[in-house]
Amino acid sequence: MARMTMIEAVRSAMDVSMGRDDSVVVYGEDVGYFGGVFRCTQGLQQKYGKARCFDSPINESGIIGTAIGMAVHGMRPCVEIQFADYMFPGYDQLTQEAARIRYRSNGDFTVPMTVRMPTGGGIFGGQTHSQSPEALFAHVCGLKTVIPSNPYDAKGLLIASIEDDDPVIFLEPKRLYNGPFDGHHDRPITPWKNHELGEVPEEYYRIPLGKAAVRREGNDVTILTYGTMVHVALAAAEETGIDAEIIDLRTILPLDFDAIEESVRKTGRCVIVNEATKTCGFAAELMSIVAETCFYHLEAPIRRVTGWDTPYPHSQEWEYFPGPKRVGAALLDVMEAA
Amino acid sequence: MSMSADDEGAPDRDGVERAGARLAPDPKGAGGKAQGGLSLHVPEPEFRPGDTPDFSDVPIPKAGSVRKPPIDVDEADIHDLAYSIIRVLNREGEAVGEWADMLTDGELIQGLRDMLRVRAFDARMLMAQRQGKTSFYMQALGEEAIACAFRKALKPGDMNFPTYRQQGLLLSTDYPMVDMMNQIYSNGADPLRGRQLPIMYSSKRHGFFTISGNLATQFVQAVGWAMASAIRGDDKIAAGWIGDGSTAENDFHSALVFASTYRAPVVLNIVNNQWAISTFQGIARGGAATFAARGLGFGVPSLRVDGNDYLAVYAVSKWAIDRARSNLGPTLIEFVTYRAGAHSTSDDPSGYRPKQESAKWPLGDPVERLKNHLIAKGVWSEERHVQAAAEIESEVVQAEKQAERHGTLHSGDKPPAREMFEDVYAETPPHLIRQRQEAGY
Ligand SMILES: Cc1ncc(C[n+]2csc(CCOP(=O)(O)OP(=O)(O)O)c2C)c(N)n1
Ligand SMILES: [Mg+2]
Repeated sequence: MARMTMIEAVRSAMDVSMGRDDSVVVYGEDVGYFGGVFRCTQGLQQKYGKARCFDSPINESGIIGTAIGMAVHGMRPCVEIQFADYMFPGYDQLTQEAARIRYRSNGDFTVPMTVRMPTGGGIFGGQTHSQSPEALFAHVCGLKTVIPSNPYDAKGLLIASIEDDDPVIFLEPKRLYNGPFDGHHDRPITPWKNHELGEVPEEYYRIPLGKAAVRREGNDVTILTYGTMVHVALAAAEETGIDAEIIDLRTILPLDFDAIEESVRKTGRCVIVNEATKTCGFAAELMSIVAETCFYHLEAPIRRVTGWDTPYPHSQEWEYFPGPKRVGAALLDVMEAA
Repeated sequence: MSMSADDEGAPDRDGVERAGARLAPDPKGAGGKAQGGLSLHVPEPEFRPGDTPDFSDVPIPKAGSVRKPPIDVDEADIHDLAYSIIRVLNREGEAVGEWADMLTDGELIQGLRDMLRVRAFDARMLMAQRQGKTSFYMQALGEEAIACAFRKALKPGDMNFPTYRQQGLLLSTDYPMVDMMNQIYSNGADPLRGRQLPIMYSSKRHGFFTISGNLATQFVQAVGWAMASAIRGDDKIAAGWIGDGSTAENDFHSALVFASTYRAPVVLNIVNNQWAISTFQGIARGGAATFAARGLGFGVPSLRVDGNDYLAVYAVSKWAIDRARSNLGPTLIEFVTYRAGAHSTSDDPSGYRPKQESAKWPLGDPVERLKNHLIAKGVWSEERHVQAAAEIESEVVQAEKQAERHGTLHSGDKPPAREMFEDVYAETPPHLIRQRQEAGY
């Protein structure tokens, strides 16, 4: 075991995967010599050579398009998009190509590719370094979407993503890179080294895609969430004193239906939290699922807490971000409902 | 200099790059062990941290040596201009050749003042970021001549589609410096109401299109703006701006094909400052000899110019702008320069390039070069220079004080949170009104 930040855990996952399998290649903008603007690939070029870890031209559709080409030729590319906000030039390759190649060729060609990208706000990055586009991937048939909330999961899930035989979008909440941020931006930063999930095996292990984790057991209300918002939800439960059960979905597609249904049937209440904008966000999908599968067990309307339907502003970051106060208010609200 | 054992170290055609690495053994499931002789080429810059940069083998054409064609020249007759470097100022500070003598002494002195203004502004704002007054900053250190001189060749009503490194387009006009600072501080007087990352200015009145964080998108938009001028039959032209690294994006190529097909009245500017964050220009350029040469396949007249030579930048810009305004179509310009500072306040270049590289850069510093020219001409002096720098410094300090009265990112006045919900649409739709109310504004 070692103490790792989320950056180190992600790096360790790529290192372990590259060591086990020489079909794993890693590339992207600033990824090679420098090791990435968030340093996630630092040292990999020195260790594995320039043909397996290299800098790419600034062209996201090129990064994803070439990764598809490599994947259909037997490689397992794990590419980086510098910020999730910059994947849009590659969206055609992802959604119209990578996602459907297995289907349209009847399994003749497959795309075992992982696309890593930092996601989410909380770093005063303004509208083009803060977005959470997970719903745009989950909406596409043929893509898997993973969003870890801690170093331990990040490593195990990234290894599983790289080994997966379908294209996987791996979203790394950048506000969690260096510590478990709970939304209290005015308090000192807590590092991962004081957190139990900052303890990460140095060797190979996998966390299967499609399995949620219970971060807090509780009886009164279920909170469905993922990524940064897991920590915000934990803070909200603590601060309101409400006995919430917090489900960290970890992968939004495939989705762990059993974990969701079991918990909501037990608590009879449900609050859903995502940082992304509200309209057609993934919280809307989760609400539908809960309504479809748990309706007769519900004692209160389902609530969701999300970012507002505006571009992510620069200076009003904390008015935009769905912090523990807003989550707490939703918890109190569902508890008061008859 | 090599980072990996499998670097073969063979010099590339232009002697600037190293050959890349050999491909690792053929992957499992793809036919077992590699049998052929294929290998992957990954370009590598000549110098990395620890190396002593030496640019003596970089060919720099003599000032005044490149001819100046008429603006209605046939594109096919000037392909050589995409491979050379148009320069006006020689080592002695004299302006020589056919591209010289386009500006008066007064205009040149103003140009020097504009560049000093950009430099002083950048230094102050860099410090403000370090002091926590804002979240982020980007300088144009070493590249000041490009935006400042280009701006002077435009007319009112023309439109720039800039990147984040063309603050000179505003600072060489009457755009209030204090408004730029208000934007950087996201304060109560921020013209963009705290919505945008610092330095992502916008001013239609000053011919400055709102800056996007998504690279290269503006380049093709500039072509569309120019096409609109042509459709309406007016006399306004557009200028698109892009960095060397960003020329790799699809939108760069989209811009060239549309500009070429419709002969749009647009000047397409590539600022080749050698670096894209940590990535040297060879990664975007690939096997092409120059970025300017990218235009040739589209039949777009393409010129390469010394971006650290204020006179050359002005002369070539004027040539291209005159062409566009005379309905002769687009021009691609590659400005050769060097990013002397870090990419941004989030970057530390000591991790990927030698510290001395900037000082060794063979095209020198644009401020020093223009200053020496004016002194050589007898219209400027060290004393006047020191005095001008002091005046500008005090202007910047005054503007900063004034801006701070409206607050900085984390203290004092800020735009009301309610405004976050405004301007998403012309008329706020019901769902946003509900959300604003839920937020308590
Ligand atoms: C679509 C997109 N991809 C990636 C980025 C991240 N990024 C911001 S600046 C930059 C480097 C750009 O280099 P260059 O075009 O040479 O301009 P310079 O910074 O040197 O002026 C990168 C990769 C981005 N902003 N947008
Ligand atoms: Mg550049």
